[in-house]
Amino acid sequence: MLLKELSEAVGVSGHEGAVREVILHAIKARVDEHHVDALGNLIALKKGYGGQRRKVMIAAHMDEVGLMIVRIEKEGSLRFRPVGGIDERVLLAKKVLIGDKKVPGVIGSKPVHLLEPRQRQQVIRVEDMSIDIGASNQEDAANLVKVGDYASFDVAYRVLGGELQAVTGKAFDDRAGCAVLVELLKNTYPFDLYAVFTVEEEVGLRGAKVAAYSVAPDVGFALEGTICDDMPKQKDASPTTVVGKGPAITIMDRSIIADKRLVDLLVTAAEEKRIPYQFKQPGIGGTDAGAMHLSREGVPSVVVAVPARYIHSPVCLLSLKDLRNTVGLMNQALARLDAVDLSR
Amino acid sequence: MQIKDFMKQITEASGVSGYEGGVRELVRTELAAYSDEVRTDTLGSLIALKRGQRPDDVPQRSIMLAGHMDEIGLLVTKLEKGYLRFSTVGGFDLRVLLGQEVIVHGRRDFPGVIGTRPPHVLGPEDRDQVVPLDRLFIDVGLTEVELGKNIRVGDIVSLRREFTELAGGLVAGKAFDDRAAVACIDQCLQYLAGLRHTWDVYAVATVQEETGLKGALTSAFGIDPDIGVAIDVGHGNMLGVSEVDTVNVGGGPAIGFGPNIHPALYEQLTATASRYEISHQIDPIPGASGTDAWAMQVVREGIPTALISIPLRYMHTTVETISLKDIERIGRLLALFIAGLTEESAEQLGLAQQSSAT
Amino acid sequence: MKELIAELTETWGPSGNEDAVRKVIEKSITGHADEVRVDALGNLIVLKKGNVKKGVDKRRIMLAAHMDEIGVIVSHVDEKGFLRFSAIGGVFPPTLLGSRVQFGDGKIGVIGRERVVKPDEAPRMDKMFIDVGSPDKGHVGRRVGDAACFTRPFVDLGQRLVAKAFDDRIGCAVLVQTLLGLKTTPHDVYFVFTTQEEVGVRGATTSAFGVEPEIAVAVDVTLTGDTPEAPTMAVALGAGPAIKVKDRGMLAHVGVKNWMVSTAERLKLPYQFEVLDAGSTDGMAIQTSRAGVATGVLSIPTRYVHSPSEMVDYDDVRHSVELLLGMLSSPVSL
Repeated sequence: MLLKELSEAVGVSGHEGAVREVILHAIKARVDEHHVDALGNLIALKKGYGGQRRKVMIAAHMDEVGLMIVRIEKEGSLRFRPVGGIDERVLLAKKVLIGDKKVPGVIGSKPVHLLEPRQRQQVIRVEDMSIDIGASNQEDAANLVKVGDYASFDVAYRVLGGELQAVTGKAFDDRAGCAVLVELLKNTYPFDLYAVFTVEEEVGLRGAKVAAYSVAPDVGFALEGTICDDMPKQKDASPTTVVGKGPAITIMDRSIIADKRLVDLLVTAAEEKRIPYQFKQPGIGGTDAGAMHLSREGVPSVVVAVPARYIHSPVCLLSLKDLRNTVGLMNQALARLDAVDLSR
Repeated sequence: MQIKDFMKQITEASGVSGYEGGVRELVRTELAAYSDEVRTDTLGSLIALKRGQRPDDVPQRSIMLAGHMDEIGLLVTKLEKGYLRFSTVGGFDLRVLLGQEVIVHGRRDFPGVIGTRPPHVLGPEDRDQVVPLDRLFIDVGLTEVELGKNIRVGDIVSLRREFTELAGGLVAGKAFDDRAAVACIDQCLQYLAGLRHTWDVYAVATVQEETGLKGALTSAFGIDPDIGVAIDVGHGNMLGVSEVDTVNVGGGPAIGFGPNIHPALYEQLTATASRYEISHQIDPIPGASGTDAWAMQVVREGIPTALISIPLRYMHTTVETISLKDIERIGRLLALFIAGLTEESAEQLGLAQQSSAT
Repeated sequence: MKELIAELTETWGPSGNEDAVRKVIEKSITGHADEVRVDALGNLIVLKKGNVKKGVDKRRIMLAAHMDEIGVIVSHVDEKGFLRFSAIGGVFPPTLLGSRVQFGDGKIGVIGRERVVKPDEAPRMDKMFIDVGSPDKGHVGRRVGDAACFTRPFVDLGQRLVAKAFDDRIGCAVLVQTLLGLKTTPHDVYFVFTTQEEVGVRGATTSAFGVEPEIAVAVDVTLTGDTPEAPTMAVALGAGPAIKVKDRGMLAHVGVKNWMVSTAERLKLPYQFEVLDAGSTDGMAIQTSRAGVATGVLSIPTRYVHSPSEMVDYDDVRHSVELLLGMLSSPVSL
């Protein structure tokens, strides 16, 4: 399963090289051309058949949230800051790997025994945390890591199984999308497919912005591993998405109002082929489509996502059924895309 | 076994208080190799006896070494919409639970994670709060129906973390509190194989320390030793914690001193450490030590008790960090101390005289 | 069995004053025990001897239920004859408002409170007093140190029963009924009716040392999570005896827990697992007696524990007796 390799590869925003290698290896034989642009986006072209061919861009981002080392204290411990949106409450007592040498370290926390009851109720700020790599002073630490090194969570991909065929691992946002996109490249389409594996989505959709400009597509799709909020809650509130209920189609999030015709295309394809699907609860999150649809004179765009619990935390959980259904839905939708009138 | 291999083996095993069976078998196999007999008592403490070699005119004396093999954990309190609500076994800082991997010991072992609602849907007032226990859930990725068939209220959950080597001879992982002490005791038995000692040694991996020092209390009653030494972890030096409250990781055994510790035993231990040039530190404990030593000291007629602490950072988390060198030193100190025990030491401790007939 | 339950719950017995309860129990078990004794702390220890059975290990089993109940104790008699008091055991102040208490001689007092400052909040115990209806200090007839407890009649609602002191008279009733129903057993079974549980499992501590059992089961009440906005707890009234996994004071012995589960399944009795985040039972003291005792707890789900109107389900009570009978009539291997 490519998802395992993708999930276990390290690629914090701005440092996606290792993930790119995994993807390049998987798609090389399936595409006609590929190149890496100035920001590090991997842009692959799969030529279509037929005469007047549209250019379709499908984007999935390679980067993940992580940490960056900002200072080495004289005691040898490392101060860090988040790269991308991380809820600092998930950081305590986690193991991380630092830099390309993957130096192991742990984010420690003051033992509960030494805390006043009031302190236990306080969220520890990331500024007050540090990573312990076992170094006893600044010099020892500097031999192993340097300021500016990236760090990522050290989490193995695991199969939980069951009816949902659940798996856990890190960075399913958006390695799930990358896995779907790699699968889509197995087929050929009546249009030129630009599969774009973008960088720096988590720090502001930056890779998609330049890639969309250079590809100048007629249609854009973003593939995501998206927020899931299906656990019991105090108040009766809609879940953002639900694991196991199929691919989530975005109508509106914080970055885009999806093109209605593309949403309809997806819904029709799903219903005709009896592929389960769900709408993502509007108004939450943002994706590469936000940058793509504003490129040049505008690009009709939509987002399809695999629901994943606990994204932006060390361990996410998704259903492989949802992942396969996302591939299935995209295949069905892409097969009908030529029939969609995108004129205004 | 080598310290590192044994530590990896026992700390990656599950053994939440009251449910120590899994780790106990690993400890049994290891300690059996260096002792004369091994048994398990009613509450589940593992007791290995290594007999002393003594001439007939020397009375029988014994020392009990206690390190607890239980770890803190969780247990299922309710099944709800495909998720598990849980409570804690032992003292947790709830803040370290989010995003941890766990194993739910249901009809079989189910890997899972601890999660809460995503920050993306929460208001700032929620994100500024520690996630309370009633908003944390264990997720094993099963449907509600599957969950009902496989997991029940009361099922035990252990935290999951692979043993990790850091720089400078430090290692990190879960359940070092107090399996590192079991490794110290193992080291001690290994050293003793090459030394002559007249006292019997009861090497005990105790249970249910985290829920009230229960295994030490009952095993000490059953063994009725002349003296007891508990090995537990002590807070190691770390950023943001006063040096007054900590001992140095890598600084060697932290030998406890205070009302829980028999002063003569403290003297004998520090004297042994000094004589053999084992780097050590003093750990003043003004009251309850919160360790097996606290329970052992008041068993039956009272037992002269000592406490040796292994310096450890981030106690009760899944990234507890210690120095392997400290384990080796404590094992060596204990062995040399035991080899030096004589009837004169017993006298210094005020132990009742015994006839040599047994 | 309901007559016994009614009599037991209506009997007076705050911690340290269990004599009347003990008399009721002694009377009810007459002729069914091989040995009966009372130890220094007032525990009633009743032995039912086992019949030697070939191929069956005779075990020494202790069952424990506590006779005492929570209450109050007079700490001061003021100039006008009002009594200030403090708690015996875990008394929850709001339950006292509007309550009546009874002293050892049967006399009644009502709980009053000082001037109401915050009507929405229950006052602390030191802002309450007992009024025994005396016109002046001279006629109070009470002294510092007099104990009292809730007074409230037993009510049979059919399926469900309401009374004060189900904690733990219902456990006592279950033990008595088990003894009466236990025709033969291969084990030496000690039915121990303990004292002073509510103030720190004291009777169980000494009786366990004296009885020196191999295996023990405490029978006590537990809370439920089945009332409106209750704290999360998967125990419900009427869903069967609750087999304890953990409470604040102990983890049940896995072997004893499994013994209960397998017996319940063999007899097709309903049961539920209990994880209690508050409180503990006699089991906690018995577990660490001497070199350790394999100890479990059988709990009877009870609503409104430590209030004057505790509620149990009669089927849960009957099933608890059946479960114990099943456990005691067969060989045990942990």
